[in-house]
Amino acid sequence: MSSEKNLNLKLNVWRQKNAQSEGGFETYEAPGISTEMSFLEMLDVVNEDLITKGADPIAFDHDCREGICGACSMVIDGRPHGPKERTTACQLHMRSFNDGDTIAIEPWRAAAFPVQRDLIVDRAAFDRIIAAGGFISAPTGSAQDANSLPVSKQNADLAMDAAACIGCGACVAACPNASAMLFVSAKVSQLALLPQGQPERYIRVRDMVAQMDAEEFGTCTNHGECEAACPKGISVENIARMNRDYLKASLTYRPEATGGGAG
Amino acid sequence: MELKSNIPEGPLEKKWEKYRNDMKLVNPANKRKYKIIVVGSGLAGASAAASMAELGYEVDCFCYQDSPRRAHSIAAQGGINAAKNYHNDGDSVFRLFYDTVKGGDFRAREANVHRLAEVSVNIIDQCVAQGVPFAREYGGLLDNRSFGGAQVSRTFYARGQTGQQLLLGAYQALERQIGLGKVKMHSRHDMQELILVDGVAKGIVTRDMVTGAIESHLAHAVCLATGGYAPVFYLSTNAMGCNTTAIWRAYKKGAAFANPCFTQIHPTCIPITGDHQSKLTLMSESLRNDGRIWVPKKPGDKRPPNDIPEDERDYYLERKYPSFGNLAPRDIASRAAKEACDNGLGVGETGLGVYLDFADSIKRLGMHAIEEKYGNLFEMYERITDENPYKTPMRIYPAAHYTMGGLWVDYNLMSTIPGLFVMGEANFSDHGANRLGASALMQGLADGYFVAPYTVGNYLAGVKPSEHPTTAHAAVQAAEATVKARIEKLLAIKGKRTPTHFHRELGKIMWEHCGMARNEESLKKALELIPKLREEFWSDLLIPGAGDELNQSLEHAARVGDFFELAELMCLDALERRESCGGHFREESQTPDGEAQRDDANFCHVAAWEYQGEGKTPVRHIEPLVFENVHLATRSYK
Repeated sequence: MSSEKNLNLKLNVWRQKNAQSEGGFETYEAPGISTEMSFLEMLDVVNEDLITKGADPIAFDHDCREGICGACSMVIDGRPHGPKERTTACQLHMRSFNDGDTIAIEPWRAAAFPVQRDLIVDRAAFDRIIAAGGFISAPTGSAQDANSLPVSKQNADLAMDAAACIGCGACVAACPNASAMLFVSAKVSQLALLPQGQPERYIRVRDMVAQMDAEEFGTCTNHGECEAACPKGISVENIARMNRDYLKASLTYRPEATGGGAG
Repeated sequence: MELKSNIPEGPLEKKWEKYRNDMKLVNPANKRKYKIIVVGSGLAGASAAASMAELGYEVDCFCYQDSPRRAHSIAAQGGINAAKNYHNDGDSVFRLFYDTVKGGDFRAREANVHRLAEVSVNIIDQCVAQGVPFAREYGGLLDNRSFGGAQVSRTFYARGQTGQQLLLGAYQALERQIGLGKVKMHSRHDMQELILVDGVAKGIVTRDMVTGAIESHLAHAVCLATGGYAPVFYLSTNAMGCNTTAIWRAYKKGAAFANPCFTQIHPTCIPITGDHQSKLTLMSESLRNDGRIWVPKKPGDKRPPNDIPEDERDYYLERKYPSFGNLAPRDIASRAAKEACDNGLGVGETGLGVYLDFADSIKRLGMHAIEEKYGNLFEMYERITDENPYKTPMRIYPAAHYTMGGLWVDYNLMSTIPGLFVMGEANFSDHGANRLGASALMQGLADGYFVAPYTVGNYLAGVKPSEHPTTAHAAVQAAEATVKARIEKLLAIKGKRTPTHFHRELGKIMWEHCGMARNEESLKKALELIPKLREEFWSDLLIPGAGDELNQSLEHAARVGDFFELAELMCLDALERRESCGGHFREESQTPDGEAQRDDANFCHVAAWEYQGEGKTPVRHIEPLVFENVHLATRSYK
């Protein structure tokens, strides 16, 4: 923790023009950085300077800047979202650094998340996993009264814990295998814990895992790095819950019967 | 231009039912022959895209984020209102309707607001069916809290992340339709232009934000659900990418822009620390349930807050509004904070802040109870400010948060351009001149799940599937050419100042002259300053790189260019509305004790502006507001 009000820093930043080009590290000076700034505001300052000098600014994903949209995604000194636990890069403040520090900044590294430019990666694989089964089929207008289906507070709270995932992909970036198990299991768990999620429970886990594998995420070998890196503290318990459901789904799988139409 | 609201005949509570009984339907077998474009994937956009795809239409959905799940609805914290009356405390559809009309200071359309209150109950059912993990009681039933000045408990919530959970519900419904091939999703696409063919909306031009490719997309109807324009103030609680471009381009193509000056300044945000500040973080309004707001009585009192004795503190909201106290509506609480700071009573290094103090509640309820209710918010506050709010009072200050103004729409949510529908915060909305807490989520989802799927269908029933231009059409080519020319123009300036520089300067003008309080002089001043700065923007802007690559400076510059034009319209609208109402406070129009003074005789109407061309003053049209079911009262929270 810094007690200085202003820091002079050096940044080693991954620069890559586009998906096709080869990338590499570039070094930048970041003088006079206020400890009140967020990490992204520090990058803003560096970028303003780069633009004024006629250079390309560092491209990075960001949007809400309050830790909920999941857009920001950078590895800071080897840790997804940086040194502070349960904190996204946008909520990380410069008082977590010291005067004279050199900070390394890289994009998420995973085959399933190809770099698009500098620190920006393509995370559409996550969307495709949700599209494969991460939902409850409840077309608009078909719902019954909300209170007709009680949910125990304990299960509702556990479902909420899992649902807090912001889909940033830090779990994948932290995993030595670039596995997406924490992300997928969070959604599987949330919906499996709720009575509304029961009819599709097993088909959901099967389809989502199949899509996860098709996207070339790695397998889980229980390192637990994902939970440590997760800015929302999503627990690896969800992975255990998913594995149980997946096992059951695999054992009880029957191909769907194709029936004739009515009438 | 004629502003026909197309409100159905009949008594208020039967209008929506009558509409549904009378509306035209599209044959189920024909629905797949119609394409609908939805721009935006927040609560309104995602829910509309999913619901219309479920009905059988072909939908193309666009968002600027890398995933539809990141739309800024995700950041809403507090909750969503619904007239379920699960708590047996006397809530009803009428009461929610009445509270919303009154909260909006009687500047919203009765029929629309009543429909909103009616469908509010369906929204909760829908979201629960999708697996949204709302807070529950031990008996397994849904929990509610009171919120934002309501005197009943009608707010449903999912911890401090209600917006996130509702959006993920809609997003998952949308992804399901994407998986089924009914929705084609275009992420990282910025809408740059609206395509009209013979005056009818038929498509949009987009820029692929990764490759820079300019593309046209055509459809039978276009829906804009692109959110509000609070970042016109530069600093706001909105996401960095939130912008006015989609609705602004529609305005310049002939869609009337209603009440642009109606902006909401949220009272409880974390104060600014310096010029590097890029955004402001909101602290949920629910904190005002247990926090007491105060400033020192002595100007310039620099003692630490805990050293200031009780009798030297001014709990100004409790003093001025004894019956609502710290729960006074947002506009009133914000203005009172500004007044305190203007009088030199502000706290913190900048003097732009007031205390929100939990010491009494901690004493009364215990640390644990406060932690259980607000733990995540307190953590967030500490992360940003490095101060512990359990021990020392929070410092808060108002920030631009929401815009009630937007494109004018009729009862069908259709703009003055046929075939162009506008939903959620992007339309001029049901919130009148001030939105109540937990009502934005309700309106976004009402429009998307339960209104647009009916009204867009009613429109399409009168359109032939063959009425669909090709990309070779002259109007399409012209729209594409406009977009390309504009991008080239921006890139060719090669001046010295960055888009952020201009955005920040524009924000300062707007905050100072068209912010929480406005007067004729300040607005006229702004109308001098904005065009001057805009000229500098178009002559001294510096954008690095090219148009055919991922270029975040170019994206930002294009948005700032539109904010400049919108800023002028906002000031013009604020100038012409010579009354105070809701979030629009004209200093010339106040009661002797400093409260907002409405002028119902002259301003009980919606002001809708019609674009007249570059450099020409837009024309102000009026839609009179008729109140048949509520009595036009003076809003009092004393």
